[in-house]
Amino acid sequence: MKVLYFAWLRTRTGVGEETVSPPADVRTVADLIEWLKRRGPGHAEAFADLAVVRVAVNQDYAAFSERVSPDDEVAFFPPVTGG
Amino acid sequence: MIRVQGEDFDAGAEIARFTSGRTDIGAVASFLGLVRDERSPGSPGLVAMTLEHYPGMTERQLSDIEAEARRRWPIEDCLIIHRHGRLRPGERIVLVLTASSHRAAALESCAFLIDWLKTRAPFWKREETEAGERWVEAKSLDDTAAERWNDGVAERWNDG
Repeated sequence: MKVLYFAWLRTRTGVGEETVSPPADVRTVADLIEWLKRRGPGHAEAFADLAVVRVAVNQDYAAFSERVSPDDEVAFFPPVTGG
Repeated sequence: MIRVQGEDFDAGAEIARFTSGRTDIGAVASFLGLVRDERSPGSPGLVAMTLEHYPGMTERQLSDIEAEARRRWPIEDCLIIHRHGRLRPGERIVLVLTASSHRAAALESCAFLIDWLKTRAPFWKREETEAGERWVEAKSLDDTAAERWNDGVAERWNDG
């Protein structure tokens, strides 16, 4: 599974992109976040306040309850500020 | 049409190209967004703004927004140019053009596009000021501006 981080989620985790192989019991975005938080203090800090974290699965906005599978591209980022 | 690019653009030339050879367009509406230095007296000035984006998702979201505008209004054409990278105060960030037979559809769809773009296109601004750097936070006012398009504008047009 490809996981991407943007803006301050990238600076806090220290990576822009990583390939991960979560265990089979990681079924949803929320499960994935809980699993990613254990990768280190930077990851735990990035996901400390989920009210300011948005997620996209395969480049479409998704809910934390959305299912994820090994071939997915999952991106985490703060609310957007373009325009 | 969608363009996501690092380089600057010429708004006048884009409008000229947009309508070139067309005689069915009666109105072009445009929105040009610039890097603004919001400094208040005594606060550190803005040195530059760096726009990060999510390549792939950006184009996809902008195309979806364009398709939604075309579904809601009778527009002949649409152009969205959005820049990324490091920009200085006064530099151009975004251009939205819409063309229609009449002004109302052009003006409304242009306002819709920029409002939706601001809340959906995956761009993030990082400010460099004389005092340091910080990520710009999303504004709830932008959400309010985008939400005002949820009130059935499309239905009004489609009924007409």
